[in-house]
Amino acid sequence: MTGKVSITASGERELVITRLFEAPPHLVFEAHTVPALMKRWFTGPEGWTLATCEIDLRPGGTYRHEWAHEDGRKMGMSGTFQEIDPPHRLVATELFDEDWTGGGTVNTQTFEPVGDGRTRLTTTVLCTSAEARDSMLQSNMEAGIAASYARLDAVLADVPIGKVA
Amino acid sequence: MESDQLDAVFTALADPTRRAILARLAEGEASVAELAMPFKMSQPAISKHLKMLERAGLVSTAVDAQRRPRRIEGAPLAGAVGWLEQYREVWERNYERLDALLDEMKAVEAKARKGSRQ
Repeated sequence: MTGKVSITASGERELVITRLFEAPPHLVFEAHTVPALMKRWFTGPEGWTLATCEIDLRPGGTYRHEWAHEDGRKMGMSGTFQEIDPPHRLVATELFDEDWTGGGTVNTQTFEPVGDGRTRLTTTVLCTSAEARDSMLQSNMEAGIAASYARLDAVLADVPIGKVA
Repeated sequence: MESDQLDAVFTALADPTRRAILARLAEGEASVAELAMPFKMSQPAISKHLKMLERAGLVSTAVDAQRRPRRIEGAPLAGAVGWLEQYREVWERNYERLDALLDEMKAVEAKARKGSRQ
């Protein structure tokens, strides 16, 4: 077991995601930069595939990911590499088509050797504003539950009175 | 989700102690004694809350005869948690697939190294 993903807030505008892998940095880096390998794992939630993965791995080069769900839904993300230092560091600006991060983000990934052929991958997501970051952090149980109640209210509002099971 | 189960989920989530228990279990499984500690509540009182969470399918008991640790169950919560929890879940799944891929890549590399020595 290599441990779980940790996601924490840092400063006013950052989100930091870390995870340990039982493989050396050059392999983890390769798995993040070769489209055929990305398509094997970067597939997202259940039912989705990474249908398109195009990577022009050079400073200023762009990448494009498109996910497709078996029910026909699609989502996409585009990015531009700012820094490439294999197998240590990748910096890119990135934006989802749906823009659920409140504007583009600057993503910095570091691939740090931690002994025994393992790698600690740290992804820092820098948001455009403190508000954008904090809206991503609307994760605490209270907020999640309030949002669920709001959704439930919306669902119940659509049900004719007397038909609520 | 069945309406009955949805009711059970929201009833279970309506109480701050039960939400705190879920937040604690989101960090990893814990025994009843471990869960009772920060709440200054008796173990039977905690057990009562756990029973409601279990009825809602939000918590299950791991097979470990001695500690009987409780763990959080993701499925009923999927529609009931915030964006970051879903985000974390997506990353976790992605990285589990990456673990498997890296195992394959290591094996291929080891084989190539062995081949080049011969």
